[in-house]
Amino acid sequence: MSATETGLEAPAEPTGRTRAWRSAFLTPAGVTGVALMTVVLVLAALSALGLLPHDPAAQDVGRSLLGPSGDAWFGTDQFGRDVFSRVASGLANSLRVAAVSVAVSAAVGITLGVLAGYLQGVVDRLVGVVTNVLFAFPSLLLALALAATLSRSWVTVSVAIAVVYVPIFARVARGPVLSLRTADYVLAAQAVGRSRLSTLVEHVVPNMAGILVVQTTLSLSWAILTEASLSFLGFGTPPPAASLGGMVYDAQALTSVAPWLLVFPGVGLVVAVIGLNLIGDALRSVLDPRAGGR
Amino acid sequence: MGRLRAVLGHTAVRRLGEALVTLVGVSLLTFVVLRVVPGDQITASYGIAAGELSPEQIASLREYYGIDQPWPVQYLGWLGGVVTGNLGVSTTSGLSVAALTAQALPNTVELAVLAILVGLALGVPGGMLAASRPGAARDGGTQVASLLSLSVPSFLLATAVATFLANQLGWYPNGEGYRTLAEDPWLNLQQMVLPAAVLGISIASPVLQTTRTAILGVRAEDFVRTAQAKGVPPGRLQVRHVLRNALIPVVTMTGLQFGFLLSGALVAEQIFAIPGIGRQTLLGLQQKEYAVVQSTVLVIAAMFVLVNLLTDVLYRVVDPRVRLR
Repeated sequence: MSATETGLEAPAEPTGRTRAWRSAFLTPAGVTGVALMTVVLVLAALSALGLLPHDPAAQDVGRSLLGPSGDAWFGTDQFGRDVFSRVASGLANSLRVAAVSVAVSAAVGITLGVLAGYLQGVVDRLVGVVTNVLFAFPSLLLALALAATLSRSWVTVSVAIAVVYVPIFARVARGPVLSLRTADYVLAAQAVGRSRLSTLVEHVVPNMAGILVVQTTLSLSWAILTEASLSFLGFGTPPPAASLGGMVYDAQALTSVAPWLLVFPGVGLVVAVIGLNLIGDALRSVLDPRAGGR
Repeated sequence: MGRLRAVLGHTAVRRLGEALVTLVGVSLLTFVVLRVVPGDQITASYGIAAGELSPEQIASLREYYGIDQPWPVQYLGWLGGVVTGNLGVSTTSGLSVAALTAQALPNTVELAVLAILVGLALGVPGGMLAASRPGAARDGGTQVASLLSLSVPSFLLATAVATFLANQLGWYPNGEGYRTLAEDPWLNLQQMVLPAAVLGISIASPVLQTTRTAILGVRAEDFVRTAQAKGVPPGRLQVRHVLRNALIPVVTMTGLQFGFLLSGALVAEQIFAIPGIGRQTLLGLQQKEYAVVQSTVLVIAAMFVLVNLLTDVLYRVVDPRVRLR
């Protein structure tokens, strides 16, 4: 996907593709997006590598509800747990759930959408019915019903969120296939005797990769929001694991004495979502051919 | 004209058929998902005491709840009941789900309507402002506001606003029991204003984007240039020619946001203690009441499908260009 840039042969005039990447990411929005996501990824990596200043689950009642200080940067909660470590660990949890759920829903949804658009006929109708049914539920309601009926763990939460996003990927993938399947180079590949499957894999899918990358990035931010909402409602990532939505829920009763309990998880969540949205928008202006006049 | 009508009739009929197939699928999915729940209705309502029941007692309870029947029979029985208006009974409150829903639904609809009004009041002028000079500071400013409204989840905004107002001003109308619009209009509106504002802000962003794109699209059309050349005054041109045409996609967009509002209502009703249909679902899930959740979810999905269908039909009626396609 990345433009190979030699920089030696044509330094005066960068190729159109390089220019497009530059003009998309070297904007205030693009730079902000990359910077915010860098912060989020660093915090999540610290948590994953066990490099946090405190154990996010360790309780110490003697240190409960301390304000932000040099030792506890984001303060402590009512059980004396370190809020900074919990926010970092909550971000890692958000990213993990988002990555798994989007990977699953993209794999299933794109396969369904591509097959529906390419094969048409009965397959298309069946996929159409399935996507219509899944779209008929308000997304959070469907995720909630699924998450509530499965045993609670971060994996089942990811699966519940994945189901919600399958129809979106199916619909996004089906559209471009409809026009690509009759493109001249696809017909030519078929005319020289390539099988339908190899034409699909070699000629159709690569040409819609851009749209799918954009969709995936934006879906990551929705998945983070959905996970947080589920955890807030008590059907998401189970305690004692830190989840940003659960931290906001727990903070409600204590905001008058310990506002930092609400502020830091909230900011962490919003930073991750804004970062992904900005990166998604920048990617769209480079990769999505339909985005011309936006 | 006759041919146009035939096309419209055909499309409407096709869409109606699709909606029916979708609703059957929705009912099947709802039924299956809630049958996967570990622990059945008996363990859910009797808790640990269920372990002390004799096999005979369990058998008779299973018969009472109808869960001794094979799944297809249970499904058809439930669906038959739903079609004839019998949505089942809530075992904790003893009330029929139809009665519960009839109480809860108006509150959710009121919330959704108010939220849409807030969303339009913020989004349409915002979109007009952004489109008035594309690329200028005002455009960038509204884009930032729109990104924020998209990225701050409603539960966070709701919690922050509610706790701030309660702590700083001591104002929290939702603390006292909920009053319906008919019982106490003034208190009801105070209780609705925060959730409606929070939900309205969350749909303002798509409304703003659609308005902006639509205005820019309409402004480039030939008839606008013609009107300009005729000497139509700029204010009148913007309102009568541009805005009126640009509002068509905005109306459609707003209709399509309805499902999103129902998702948001789940959260907002929970935080602001509004006894709507979202809260009913959540309570049902917490208490593992199959009948309540199943029927409520079906009602919500049916509403969503209907609103989308109406939006689609309305769009075709309002915009003749869509009919020809």
